[in-house]
Amino acid sequence: MRQIAIYGKGGIGKSTTTQNTVVALAEMGRKVTIVGCDPKADSTRLILHSKAQTTVMDLARERGTVEDVELDEVLVQGYLGVKCAESGGPEPGVGCAGRGVITAINFLEENGAYDQDTDYVFYDVLGDVVCGGFAMPIRENKAKEIYIVTSGEMMAMYAANNISKGILKYATTGTVRLGGLICNSRQTDKEMELIEALAKGLNTQLIHFIPRDNEVQRAEVRKMTVIEYNSTHPQADQYRQLANKIENNTHMTIPTPLTMDELEDLMMKFGIMDM
Amino acid sequence: MSIKETKEFRKQVVEDVLDIYPEKAKKNRTKHIAVKDDDNCAGCAVKSNAKTVPGVMTARGCAYAGAKGVVWGPVKDIVHISHGPVGCGFYSWGNRRNLADGEIGVDNFVPFLFTSDFQESDIIYGGDKKLETIIREVVDLFPNAKGVSVLSECPVGLIGDDIESVARRMSKEFEIPVIPVRCEGFRGISQSLGHHIANDAIRDHLLGTGPGREVGPYDIGIIGDYNIGGDAWVSKKLLEECGLNVVNIWTGDSTMEMLQNGHLVKLNLIHCTRSMNYIVKHMEETYGTPWLEFNFFGPTKIKESLLKIAAEFDNTIMEKTLKVIEKYEGQMAKVIESYKTRLAGKTVMLYIGGLRPRHMVGSYEDLGMEVIGTGYEFGHKEDYEVTIPDLKDGTLIYDDVTAYELEEFVKKMKPDLVGSGIKEKYVFEKMGLPFRQMHSWDYSGPYQGYEGFPIFAKDMDMAINSPTWKIIKAPWTK
Repeated sequence: MRQIAIYGKGGIGKSTTTQNTVVALAEMGRKVTIVGCDPKADSTRLILHSKAQTTVMDLARERGTVEDVELDEVLVQGYLGVKCAESGGPEPGVGCAGRGVITAINFLEENGAYDQDTDYVFYDVLGDVVCGGFAMPIRENKAKEIYIVTSGEMMAMYAANNISKGILKYATTGTVRLGGLICNSRQTDKEMELIEALAKGLNTQLIHFIPRDNEVQRAEVRKMTVIEYNSTHPQADQYRQLANKIENNTHMTIPTPLTMDELEDLMMKFGIMDM
Repeated sequence: MSIKETKEFRKQVVEDVLDIYPEKAKKNRTKHIAVKDDDNCAGCAVKSNAKTVPGVMTARGCAYAGAKGVVWGPVKDIVHISHGPVGCGFYSWGNRRNLADGEIGVDNFVPFLFTSDFQESDIIYGGDKKLETIIREVVDLFPNAKGVSVLSECPVGLIGDDIESVARRMSKEFEIPVIPVRCEGFRGISQSLGHHIANDAIRDHLLGTGPGREVGPYDIGIIGDYNIGGDAWVSKKLLEECGLNVVNIWTGDSTMEMLQNGHLVKLNLIHCTRSMNYIVKHMEETYGTPWLEFNFFGPTKIKESLLKIAAEFDNTIMEKTLKVIEKYEGQMAKVIESYKTRLAGKTVMLYIGGLRPRHMVGSYEDLGMEVIGTGYEFGHKEDYEVTIPDLKDGTLIYDDVTAYELEEFVKKMKPDLVGSGIKEKYVFEKMGLPFRQMHSWDYSGPYQGYEGFPIFAKDMDMAINSPTWKIIKAPWTK
């Protein structure tokens, strides 16, 4: 079983990319589980065709304690047998979402959410690694492989670099490694070259460049992945390619985060700063 | 030993005891310890109010302990909610001897513990709604409660709950003060910050908000007396015997109204400056209420303080005060006489909170005893500045002393009595040393005033001259 965590700047397309890629893996016959680690609980809607399944924390709150929650109440099967769980958590501005992630992941593990048949577990983690809770999926005995979703936009790259710092911390104390950057294109100038250079700087690879295509949005509006909505569309093949690359990826590294100066130099070199 | 030899010996003791530490810790701790040396002013100052060296055993508490345990807890007609997981509330429940009169559950909530008992889901989703529910329950179950204080434990600060807005809303709805106190334990370096935060909360939410009152010519307040073992009661009685009228006590056996009217007196007398200097200064600056420090431990200091207080009022008070002093001095002389043969010349080492390491010295000296070592858990520079001149040349002074240091100092300096807290008690008793708890008065008291001094003398005699220590032998020495 491979446990994979997907990080990246908020709004960059982590959940969309994760679900589309997971469906491509499922198409290849793999048994996959998605664990949404975001209080918004929108990591599984394209698989389940519905907004917000019952989350671990919401049910725990209703019952009074997480010990009173049963696994089958929060782990549900969706398209192509993909299993889905959401940690859930508070509305913005209250409580501690990080603690919610910790509690939910512990619950799933302790209750055997990942059985022997599971080939992949994907953790879809919110925005930046703002506190210990959102680093939970990459701690000891959990995800050993991380992919960062980014684009050629400055803030997305900045976030990717920041996340690398978090990975570095846990890479030196554990076995977690960076598997690569996924570029979810925003059609910025020289985007592929820029992200390739960033990947090189971070001692990793650009594992796949996903071109921008509105078919993704059209599928999303219908609460579906591209493969389910329009299986023969070229964009579906993009996710199949990414799934294949992840399946065969052996390039696992300890990242080397850049300083702010180095990051700005990189932008300068590709002419972004002139804009 | 000559005084010079004594000082040399004690300086050597300090050096030997600290020698075991790693260099950095040794350097740090050296600054916190001094032997008072009248010939050399380097021995007149110790570093204080600084972060404890990690790894040592300290007797200090946290900001929550200072705010809930010390300042707010004794206010009897307010319900105090320990807001957070159950531990902080449970372990601060009923273990400080701040006595209070009144009908339990009606106008006295001191013996109770209210906690929001945070669960995992309260951390994740925030505890504001739960807090609201609890306040509703409190008001429903105890309609006589004059107010509610919300004392934050660590997690509440970590998750950023907005207890202020809950307090505001509930206060408006029920038309009683609901006071949020941001005393999360991780704030500051000892309980001292908790006192300050608690003082600020009184200032911001209660002081000056009451119904007000006519201030009589002899009206005074006692600030910073928590009525341990009934101390505040005997002080009040004594002052009233002198013709003064004690209208407020903060916060031992106090009511919310006393906190609201704290400034409406002719004079505020401050007992524990460490925990309440903030608020007396504020009342002076804002309302022009003067304040005066006093010490009612032992006849010498009582007399000094009474005369100082009386000098602030007219002749009637002075005359009465002189009569009171005369009346009791004779009794006190008899007390001293009867214990002198048993206690004179005995030595004592103290380690207490923020006031008694200085205030208790006089009462031991009245009995002919000598304080050879003393120190504060959480004192500040100004506390040591007023302490050191009161001490005898050669006294060992230790700030935030560690368990190891105190044990070793005692072993080497061999006092006849150690006075400290519950954490220290059994360590020294197992060493076969007489010990008295000087936070709680070892379930005795009061020790203040003319009423308290004979009890103090008797307790010290019982400890020091008990035959127990000579009768009991350790199994391995039999």
